[in-house]
Amino acid sequence: MLSILQSVWKMMLHAFRERVTVQYPDEKPVLAPRYRGRIILSRDPDGLERCVACYLCAAACPVDCIALQADETVDGRRYPSFFRINFSRCIFCGYCEEACPTYAIQLTPDYEMSEYKRPSLVYEKKDLLISGTGKYPGYWYYKVAGAAVKGKDKGDGLEEEPPVDVRSLMP
Amino acid sequence: MAKILIENREYEVEDGQNLLQACLSHGFNIPYFCWHPAMHSAGACRQCAVKVFKDENDTRGRIVMSCVMPVAKGMRVSIDDPEAKAFRENVIEWLMSNHPHDCPVCDEGGECHLQDMTQMTGHVYRRFRFKKRTYKNQYLGPLVNHEMNRCIQCYRCVRFYRGYAGGRDLDAFASRNRVYFGRSEDGVLESPFSGNLVEVCPTGVFTDKTLKSHFARKWDLQTAPSVCVHCGVGCNIIPGERYGELRRVSNRYNGEVNGYFLCDRGRFGYEFVNSPQRVKEALLKTADGVQEVSKEEALRLASHMIGMGGKVMAVGSPRATVETNFALRTLAGAENFYSGFSRHEARLASLIVEVMEKGPARSPSLKEVRSADAVLVLGEDVTNTAPILALALRQAAKNGPLKTAMKLGIPFWDDMAIKTATQGKKGPFYAAAPYATDDDDAAVKTFHGPPVEIARFAAAIARELNPSLPIVDGHSEETASLAREVAQALLEAERPLVVSGTGSGSEAVIQAAANVAWALCARGKKAGLTMVMPECDSLGAALIDSKGLDEAFAAAAEGEFDTLVIAENDIFRRMETEDAENFLASFSHVIVIDHVINDTVKAAHITLPGASFAESTGTLINFEGRAQKFFQVFVSAGAQQASWRWLKDMMDSTGLKLQKWESLDDVTSDAAAVIPAFEKITRAAPKHGFRIAGQKIPRQTHRRSGRTAVEADKTVYESKPTEDEDTPFSFSMEGFQGQPPSPLIARFWAPGWNSVQSVTKYQEYAGGPLRGGDPGLRLIEPKVAGAPFFKAVPISFKARKYGWLLVPMPRLFGSEELSVFSPPLASLQAKPFIGIAEEDAERLEVEEGDEIAVRANGKSFGLPAIFVPGLTRGVAAVPLLPGMAMLTLPAWGVLTRAKRRAA
Amino acid sequence: MQGVITPLIMIIAILVSLTTMSAGLIWMERRLLALWQDRYGPNRVGPFGLLQVVADMLKIFAKEDWVPPFSDRFVFILAPAVIMSAVLFAFAVVPFAPGISVIDLDIGILFFLAMSSLNIYGIVLAGWASNSKYSLLGGVRGAAQMLSYEVFMGLSLMGVVMLVGTFNLRGIVEAQQGLWFFVPQFPALVIFFIAGLAETHRIPFDLPEAENELVAGYHTEYSGMKFGMFFVGEYLGIVLISALITTLFFGGWLGPVLPPVIWFLLKTMFFIMLFILLRAALPRPRFGQLMSFGWKLMLPLSLLNVLATGAALLLLA
Repeated sequence: MLSILQSVWKMMLHAFRERVTVQYPDEKPVLAPRYRGRIILSRDPDGLERCVACYLCAAACPVDCIALQADETVDGRRYPSFFRINFSRCIFCGYCEEACPTYAIQLTPDYEMSEYKRPSLVYEKKDLLISGTGKYPGYWYYKVAGAAVKGKDKGDGLEEEPPVDVRSLMP
Repeated sequence: MAKILIENREYEVEDGQNLLQACLSHGFNIPYFCWHPAMHSAGACRQCAVKVFKDENDTRGRIVMSCVMPVAKGMRVSIDDPEAKAFRENVIEWLMSNHPHDCPVCDEGGECHLQDMTQMTGHVYRRFRFKKRTYKNQYLGPLVNHEMNRCIQCYRCVRFYRGYAGGRDLDAFASRNRVYFGRSEDGVLESPFSGNLVEVCPTGVFTDKTLKSHFARKWDLQTAPSVCVHCGVGCNIIPGERYGELRRVSNRYNGEVNGYFLCDRGRFGYEFVNSPQRVKEALLKTADGVQEVSKEEALRLASHMIGMGGKVMAVGSPRATVETNFALRTLAGAENFYSGFSRHEARLASLIVEVMEKGPARSPSLKEVRSADAVLVLGEDVTNTAPILALALRQAAKNGPLKTAMKLGIPFWDDMAIKTATQGKKGPFYAAAPYATDDDDAAVKTFHGPPVEIARFAAAIARELNPSLPIVDGHSEETASLAREVAQALLEAERPLVVSGTGSGSEAVIQAAANVAWALCARGKKAGLTMVMPECDSLGAALIDSKGLDEAFAAAAEGEFDTLVIAENDIFRRMETEDAENFLASFSHVIVIDHVINDTVKAAHITLPGASFAESTGTLINFEGRAQKFFQVFVSAGAQQASWRWLKDMMDSTGLKLQKWESLDDVTSDAAAVIPAFEKITRAAPKHGFRIAGQKIPRQTHRRSGRTAVEADKTVYESKPTEDEDTPFSFSMEGFQGQPPSPLIARFWAPGWNSVQSVTKYQEYAGGPLRGGDPGLRLIEPKVAGAPFFKAVPISFKARKYGWLLVPMPRLFGSEELSVFSPPLASLQAKPFIGIAEEDAERLEVEEGDEIAVRANGKSFGLPAIFVPGLTRGVAAVPLLPGMAMLTLPAWGVLTRAKRRAA
Repeated sequence: MQGVITPLIMIIAILVSLTTMSAGLIWMERRLLALWQDRYGPNRVGPFGLLQVVADMLKIFAKEDWVPPFSDRFVFILAPAVIMSAVLFAFAVVPFAPGISVIDLDIGILFFLAMSSLNIYGIVLAGWASNSKYSLLGGVRGAAQMLSYEVFMGLSLMGVVMLVGTFNLRGIVEAQQGLWFFVPQFPALVIFFIAGLAETHRIPFDLPEAENELVAGYHTEYSGMKFGMFFVGEYLGIVLISALITTLFFGGWLGPVLPPVIWFLLKTMFFIMLFILLRAALPRPRFGQLMSFGWKLMLPLSLLNVLATGAALLLLA
């Protein structure tokens, strides 16, 4: 009985506490860079798309709202021929960013993306791709991966030995 | 059976197995790389280490490689022993020290054995601080992609390519820790089994280039169990679809048929499904040309044509399903139904059916072929007509030497020791063909001659086996002694096998082959007789009806027919162009159902888009007589539907109450009831009502991605999955997630085993049959009483002064109707040529590459000459390639040197 | 005519102000709950979000007035009307101030008890007519709970009646000139308050509509203005109980300086806020706990109170 009165009393004291509500949109919250908002696709330091269309983000997505198709340029660089995120399904869990091996897909602190029509929430690659490297400025996937692409032949990457040829018979 | 102790619990294992296989069979997970259930142990990768203890007092034990450790009674094994675990983790760490960081751009990712095994050992962190080794890659042709950086030096590729498949142009090069697997120089891989490198390689060194051109991960592919339609073997396949496009074909293990491997035609021929040549909508030919019409309109017109009262003729196809052919037969009536064989094909097919149904020799499964200990091939270029049979024959050829090696106490699975012991010796494998074939290198002795000579050679062998058969005279001493040698080898074997078929186009060869097999049966041998047939349902079509198109032509000429319905048959491939045109012209209406635009489709008044194997469900009967059901993989965007369903719709809308079918199973049951040979056919696979725990079997993996985004650019409302009335499969990821019965395995996957190596988890024991028996149902069993021998012996071949005997030369790429629409295969296809013996060049006054004018069957055309080894003088080989005029072969023709063009 | 028009105006004025007040309570409750939960509550529509009430009313009027096809249509429509009118009738006997009341009944308390018993019909009928398991369970719970708590609600008032010797509410107020009855009748106040909570099925005693078990209890199937009537009925119930607490225990309109009506309203408002505070603070008991609390604790306590009051009166007399 006393505990009931106690909790009623404590509740009443809350009348004099500061309110936690942020009066959006009159005031806007300060968000950390790792806030999980609108998803973007970033680019390598050389300005080419970072995404290599490995499908890991799509596989990690719990609501299956990412669809893409892998393609390859003539010089061997993988890229998505289309990349679609249905933000009307997205729950901003950030699993795609965690799964991404190339830091291509990143969640940003932008959350103001309401629309009047659901189709407007379907973002294609042109809507997702930004011009910079996003949160990870130095990372360059092909420099650390073994695959050869234009401008980085076999053995040109970081920590790579010169390539072995079929005729490398010398001990 | 021996009892061994694994982790102190008793297990029964097969005697003679190796420890790895035994442990895997009992569901234990041991990581391995170089061991392969079909190629056995090499002991190269050192990954499958386990600890073996002497007795119960032994606490230290010793680490052994389980794949080269024979099981022994009372053996004590520990897989989880900390030292063994640490050992395995170290091995993986060493392998990974040079493995590149490129899984995201690797097509193997997600179905990679190396990924699985790394996960299994628990290695997560790279401690090696030095540089990674890199390799230059090679161009290996349009089918297989090469990325040597990923190699872990398990030697599986070379062991498969050279040892198992008899290829010569892939090998291990370079030295020390820079061993290189590739060709001596860039170039297309020559072996017709090169595609298997994709599945044999435990990592991403060899990947599927056709998949790469429209890449999707394994978990995104919508799959269903299917059967290859590109030859008569009936290999089991798993086609995978994504975004309405067929992305790849991978092997579906069936121990009785293809086992672990597919040929390149079967693996890469699927691209015809995505071809721009596909018929996607119903087409109507009018005075203004061809126009697309709606399904309803096409059906209305078609049923109007059929329902007008005139007689209907139906032409089926040896590449159509049993159900489609039966539906045609139902539509037109048995007397007006033709299976769609050419006159010549029909004769050969009915002869084969007679041989199979009446003879005492069993038509063996490919598993039995692989275990045959003496093989005689008669007139068949097996690698080009039934490639996987050729692969099986190569294994059979190794059985003789294997037996000798096992006598030395080497277990059958100790691959390296066996290779050392046998020193490349060949077993009793004899091949007779009109020209030197790709199988010849596996044979101890070969015989080359025109079909009649092959028949005579076979007759001589049969005579050796059974003195009551007619004497064959006029053979050279060499041939006669070869015949004696072959007869002796066949008699010494326990399970001899005779292979022949339609490849040589000669009835005499088939009869002689049957005589040899039957003579062996009469001598108490369990002789097998394999009759190769060229198309996926040749035998099925022959069992329904074996009237040739010539009879159809004759019947049509009587003029009583009004409408012709053709399903999945390009009659221009089977009739002379003029005959075909006249035949079609004798009908007022021609309705054609087919997948791709061909000459018959072009001549049709109405074309209905037929569903390819990936878009429909049906039953096929391979040349063994095995009925196998394939299941629809995906729903195409166009108006395509299964041919039998078009026919049912037509019958329904005409109001003719010829059938009461609701699903495919009704058609199959009707066929089983009407045609005696198909009595058991409905048992080939579970029916559409089959459920496990009330659930359908999902075609999509549980990890499929993009469900809410794939169609989002068109609509944000996710559509309901298509319902499937014909199969126990669902077009979604929902349903029973465990292992279904063997005919319904849509993909191989087990927890922790994402790669195709997970097939072990579906087998009764590692490398054994699938749980519940391998799928497919044999329809034809041999008759003990047997049929009388064929007594006729053809007269021997005499080269003519002006005439040339033209013999058919089937080609792996190009001779099959549908796979030529697959761009990568089309690029590998030879240009039309005429093959002549080098010795004949002088007579024709030509050099290789010069154009030769060929006249045969009243047609003449110019073709470049190519020297074909093994051809007899006076015989020319005509490759069956697109762009070649239709010829009934073998036939006599005239070859002359074409006038050289002015330079 | 005068004799008819004045009461009629009075009735209409009271009716209008009551319904307006109960509608306003929606806003007030939300703002107060927010205050105690460190939030703002509705503060966007109009000054202090006051027009939220208007928006809510517009919304609820504009909603489709749907009657489920599986329901007993007539009873389904009748039930919310029963609830609302029963509560409104009870207000007839409440003396807001000298001269401001609908009727001055000598059996005022009994009339109030009778009307609050009628309320049960509304709930049971709503639960029954909806033809849904949640509604039925809610209705059954409501009936059991209200019947049980009504028993000692009436008994708790007997102490006051014994002190004054009349059922007339005006008489009771006037009898508190010297001492408000919450002092001599404190146990009765507590019991009446708790019973009032149960009668209006407010948290913590909102088991008939416990949303995490019964969706929305007896009014699960209701929507639009019919739901609105249940809603308004509930708020009117709060006002009624608060007004009666004021009248019976806190001297009704009595108070210095300010006009009587203001005093009445202030006191009533205080108890309304107490109702809301309890909602903000307390969790809901199990139904079994509710029943045993009523029968095993509250009923004996109220009987004791009657006994003690009677004994005290006899002793002092």
